[in-house]
Parts: sequence; structure tokens; C-alpha cells
Amino acid sequence: MQALTSRAKQVDRKPMTFIESIYLWNIIKGMIITFKHIWKRKETVKYPEQKREFSPVFRGLHILNRDAEGRENCTACGLCAVACPAEAITMEAAERKAGEEHLYREEKYAARYEINMLRCIFCGFCEEACPKDAIYLTETFAPANYKREGFIYGKQDLLIPTPAEKNKA
Amino acid sequence: MTIDWFFILEKIVLISGVLAISLVVAMYSTWGERKVAGIIQDRIGPNRAGFMGLLQPLADGGKLFFKEEIIPGNSNRFLFILGPSLAMIVACMTSAVIPWGDTLTIAGHTVSLQIADVNIGILYIFGVVSLGVYGIMLGGWASNNKYSLLASIRAASQIISYELAMGLSLIALLMMTGTLSLKEIVEQQRHDGWNVLYQPLGFLIFLVCSFAECNRTPFDLAEAESELNGGYHLEYSSMKLGFYLFAEYINMFISSALMSSLYFGGYSFPGMDSLGLAPNLVTILGTAALFIKIICFLFFFMWVRWTIPRFRYDQLMRLGWNIMIPLALANMLITGAIVLYRSTH
Repeated sequence: MQALTSRAKQVDRKPMTFIESIYLWNIIKGMIITFKHIWKRKETVKYPEQKREFSPVFRGLHILNRDAEGRENCTACGLCAVACPAEAITMEAAERKAGEEHLYREEKYAARYEINMLRCIFCGFCEEACPKDAIYLTETFAPANYKREGFIYGKQDLLIPTPAEKNKA
Repeated sequence: MTIDWFFILEKIVLISGVLAISLVVAMYSTWGERKVAGIIQDRIGPNRAGFMGLLQPLADGGKLFFKEEIIPGNSNRFLFILGPSLAMIVACMTSAVIPWGDTLTIAGHTVSLQIADVNIGILYIFGVVSLGVYGIMLGGWASNNKYSLLASIRAASQIISYELAMGLSLIALLMMTGTLSLKEIVEQQRHDGWNVLYQPLGFLIFLVCSFAECNRTPFDLAEAESELNGGYHLEYSSMKLGFYLFAEYINMFISSALMSSLYFGGYSFPGMDSLGLAPNLVTILGTAALFIKIICFLFFFMWVRWTIPRFRYDQLMRLGWNIMIPLALANMLITGAIVLYRSTH
């Protein structure tokens, strides 16, 4: 029969030699191995002080983007909610009134936009589906809260600050 | 009859000291265990609570105190509480006959750093240690849980099996030294060299058996969590669980002290009598030497734990009855022949 893989290794079924059968020698060999690990490099990342470098495609918590003038990009088309396999996104659309042109880029905007971070699987499909460059996944991760309700992120949690707010801060 | 107040004071101080030291050592063994485990597995171990995680045992103890105390409804309440108490008391009692050092001279009084130099010290230790299994047995049985019961049956049969080989290996040592007093055994080693040189096989058997007696890996079948959901202390919570875990570490400490005293010269160290220092200083150095030996043994216990996987139960029993006891008997026979040959020539 042809081997399925080139890495197949014949199992050694020779009867144990005397040294092997008294078991003590193998224990000593094992102890030497563990003892050598005392000087090995420690793999621990001391998390809050030290952070692991993320890969460029890391997908963390979402943000809602604004354009250069600080207007919301989202038009509440609902494509992200359709793309979402975990059904974590809900939104309510509203029509832009006169005088709100500095707030919303197009005539339709999301009055309510919620992502349930407990449902979200951080697949990034919303980001891919968005035709308006409105939603992005960031490198922020590990949200913490005392209650489940706290994990439903609304617009105030998701929207990035406007340029004016950014300058103030 | 006048009461020797100095003697009473001396013993009270000594008892409290030894008790406090064994508790602190047991406490920091838990820290050491986690550090050793971490380092051997390329991690760094606890490092958050205090410098190098040194406050971790206090945090763990505090946590255990504040945990909810649960006594199962169908358990035998009295025995359920008696179990961990017995385990703890028995673990602490053994330290009474271990010579922690030579004598100190304080204000004209000679103070022996041994709580009780009874002439049957080793017998006392064996008597007390075999009581230790009652703590586990009672706890497991009173829990009214089949896993706990199975684990405690395992522990009981394991301890009884290995105590035999342990006793037999000690008999060989006793034939050589001719005394049951630990102090005298240490004093003999001070002059004639460490017993491990004369009794290497006996020491090996004693070492393996003390692993089994302490329920330490690779003989921790009583706590085989993958088979028994946690072992004999499955139903225990809060500080009663803490007592069981703590008793294990105290037992480890005491058996390390015992092995150091029986086979590695106890408080004596090479060149002890040719230093030319004050006797009190030599005594303190000797006690320090004993503690270094104990720490080495404690490290060895941990090192073995993070290297060797657990035995299967039938392997454990076969090792105990088919290998350890015949070996110990052979060791006894050879020692006896040599002792006889020496006494007639």
C-alpha cells in the first residue's frame, strides 16, 4: 500500500531493553529535558504592559467612519446587516432634513445603528459589504462590561470623533 | 517539685516556631510550585501580586476564606468536617520529632532544636503518617459521592501498599544505624558521612514511596481529575478544601525534612566540626543547611510533578507490590548480611 504522506514513520515495536524496562533511566532523561527548559526563553507576553503585534488583517471592534468634513458616511443601506452571518447589526434609516447637510453626507442616514458585540464573530463581512466606506474593523479588542446590555454598541460608541472634536481633545 | 519555666517556655517557642515555619513553607510551596511549573513550561508563573508574585499565596488563602462554604445535604456532617481537620492536624504533628538543628546555648541553658527527642522517633512518624490516610478516607466517604469514595479508596490502598515498601527500606537503614531516634541518626551521619552513600537503593525506594505517600505526581491517583472529577476533595469548598491542599504541601515539607535527616545528614554538613566557629553559629549554619536540603527536595518534588505523567492504577499497584517490596526486601537482606559480616569480623 502506498503511504498517504511522506512523513509517515514506522512505529518501533521492538521489545523493551532492560534499561528501558526499569523505567528509571527514561525518567531521568525526561527530567533532564524539563530541567533544560529553565533557561529557555519565556513565551509569556505580559499583556497589559506588553502587547502582541497584530497581523495587518486583524479584525477587532468596529467603527463608523466619517468623511473629511466630519459627516457620517453611513447611508443605512442595510448591506452590512444582510452580509452579517451572526445577525449582529440592526439599524433604522431616516431622511436628512434641511440644515443637516453638515452632519450626514447623503440624503439618507442611520438614525439608529447597533452592533451586538456578543453576537458579532468579527468576520469583517460588513466591512467588505459596505459600499460607502462607512464601517471598518479596528485593532481594538476585548471589550469589557458588567451587563449584557453594555455590549450592544450604539452610534455614540461606534462613530469616530469629528475633526472638530478631535482638535478639542 | 519545681517547675522548669525555662523548659516550658523553650518548648512553647519551639513548637510555635516549627508550626509557623511549616505553615509558611507550605504556603510558599504553592507559590514555588506555580513558579516551577511556569518556568519548566517556558512561562513565567505568578508575577502580579507583589514582587515576583510573592503575595500570591496570601491572595489565594484570602480567596479560599471568602468562598462559600458548602456542605452537601446528604453528607455526614461530622465526618465531613473531621476529614480535612484530621488531614491538617496529622500533617502538622509529624514535625515534632524532626531535629531541626543541634543545640543552642542561651544564657547558660542548652536548648535543643528538636521538639521531642523521643527514642522511637521514626516509629512515631510512621504511626502519625499512616493516620493521614484517615483524613482522606473520611473526607471521601462522608462526601456521599461516588467519585470521592473511589478516589479515597484509591488513596487508602495506595498509601497502605507503599507504606510497606517504605517501612522495609527504612528497616535496612535502622539495621545499619541501630537506633530509632532521628537525632542519633543525624549525629551518626555527622561523623560517618551521609547515609545515602551506604543505602542508595534504600533511599531510592524511600523516595519513590514518599511520593506515593504524599499523593504527588506520578502517584496522584487520588486526585486524578480526568477520571474522578477532582478526587477525594470533590465536594469540598472554601477553607476545608484549602486544608486538604495545604496538608499535601505540609506533608511534602515534612517528608523532605525526613529524607534530609535520614539520608542526607540532616542539619550536619561536610566540614561542620572543623570550621572553628562558635557552637551557636555552627548550629544556626546547620539549620540553614537542613533548610537548603529541604528546599532542594521540594524543588525535586515539583520538578518530578511537571515531568512525569500519572501512573495507571494497575501499574501503580504492580510497581508497589511486585517491584518495590521485593527490592526493599532484597535491600534488607543485603544490608543484614553486611551488618552481620561486619559485626563478626
